Amino acid sequence: MAAFMTPGIDPVELQKHRPQLVRFAMLQLRNATAAEDVVQETLLAALQSGASFGGQSSVKTWLVGILKHKIIDAIRKQSREQPLESGDEETDIEDLQDAVYGADGHFRETPADWGNPEAALNQRKFFEVLEHCMEGLPKKTARAFMMREVMGLETDEICKELAITASNCWVLLHRARMALRECLEGRWFAAGGAR
Amino acid sequence: MKLMLTCREASSLISEGIDRDLGIAERARLRVHLAICAACTRMTRQFEFLRRAARAYPGPDDEPRK
Repeated sequence: MAAFMTPGIDPVELQKHRPQLVRFAMLQLRNATAAEDVVQETLLAALQSGASFGGQSSVKTWLVGILKHKIIDAIRKQSREQPLESGDEETDIEDLQDAVYGADGHFRETPADWGNPEAALNQRKFFEVLEHCMEGLPKKTARAFMMREVMGLETDEICKELAITASNCWVLLHRARMALRECLEGRWFAAGGAR
Repeated sequence: MKLMLTCREASSLISEGIDRDLGIAERARLRVHLAICAACTRMTRQFEFLRRAARAYPGPDDEPRK
């Protein structure tokens, strides 16, 4: 074993997680090269700092933790160098709302009862559906949602990185939630996925 | 200020309530609406669930993916 590697961390084991990590990074960066880069950095950092892996979490959870930091760094760098072009359509939520609410402002169709959705959190398949739904979001909307809900950043930081106003940020997040709610309902909860 | 929110208006406040502190008036109006609206109450729970799901992403890693 090379001197820079830490005992207990198997490079082959790490590689097995690569596809999942790349999908994770792609969701947020929407750029294959950038996604490969952050995953590469993540695996390298994992190999070099294997000592920080106490075995208290799964290897995947540990890697995802490192990856989140690398993604945030990449987004900061990207927002300085080549900010996402502002697509007006992304901060416009009217079309989505028109589909859900009638002219009187009430639901056209009542949201379905999701039963006990927590059970889904134990199912691998559910996260594949969630991933698919997040992939369907527009670029900026996806990025805002992931920064907020997957990475747990506060909105003022998100506004700064995306160079948008706070109210645009709230609209993006609202839009993401509506779209994901709809997508999960159709593809998981109404499809009997919870069974 | 209108007293009653429509579901469409409530939806924005429900979502924003996850991301910022709502004002006293906003909270009061939302509370009144949710007290009488099962659909928006359901949606509130679903938005909150989305957060838990996103935090848990990419999920359990027992069975490897094909």
